[in-house]
Amino acid sequence: MDGQGATADPQLQHFIEIESQKQRFQQLVHQMTEVCWDKCMDKPGPKLDSRTETCFVNCVERFIDTSQFILNRLEQTQRSKGAFSETMSD
Amino acid sequence: MDGFGSDFSAGGAGGKVDTGMIMEQVKVQIAVANAQELLQRMTDKCFKCVSKPGSSLDNSEQKCIAMCMDRYMDSWNTVSRTYNARLQRERNRI
Repeated sequence: MDGQGATADPQLQHFIEIESQKQRFQQLVHQMTEVCWDKCMDKPGPKLDSRTETCFVNCVERFIDTSQFILNRLEQTQRSKGAFSETMSD
Repeated sequence: MDGFGSDFSAGGAGGKVDTGMIMEQVKVQIAVANAQELLQRMTDKCFKCVSKPGSSLDNSEQKCIAMCMDRYMDSWNTVSRTYNARLQRERNRI
C-alpha cells in the first residue's frame, strides 16, 4: 500500500489538473447554453438560423465580458473601501 | 503484486497500472456526468413543447421535442466553439 496515496504521483496530479480545467470549461458551456437559450431562442425551428446563431455568439462574449466587468469593479470598490474603512465604521 | 498487471504497465515507478486504470475510469465517469448534465438541461428547456400535459406525448409534442433537441445541440456546439475561441484570444493576449 502506497503510503502517500495518489497525490504523490505526478502523472495523476497532472491528469487531475487537466481534467479539472476541462470540467470548468464544460460547466460554463452548459451554463451559458442554458442562459443564452432563454435569451436567443424564440421557437426551435428546423435549423439554427444565422440571426439566432449570432445571438448565441454575442451572448457568450457578453457573458464573459460581464463576468470580467464584475470582477474588475469589485476589485476597484474593495480597494477604495479599504482606504476609507476607518471613516465608515461607526 | 509483482507481474500482476505487467501487460498494462506504461513505464515509471511501481503502481502504474492502477494509475492508468484510475485515469481511464475517471474519464468515463466525467463523460457520463457531462452527458447527464446535458440531458437534464435539454429536458428542462424542451419540456416547453408540452403545454398541457396529457395522458401521453402526442405526435406534435414528439416532433417539437425532437426539433428542440437538435437545436439545443446546435446551440451547445455554438457556445462551445465561441467560448473556446474566446479563451484562445485571451491566452494570445498574454
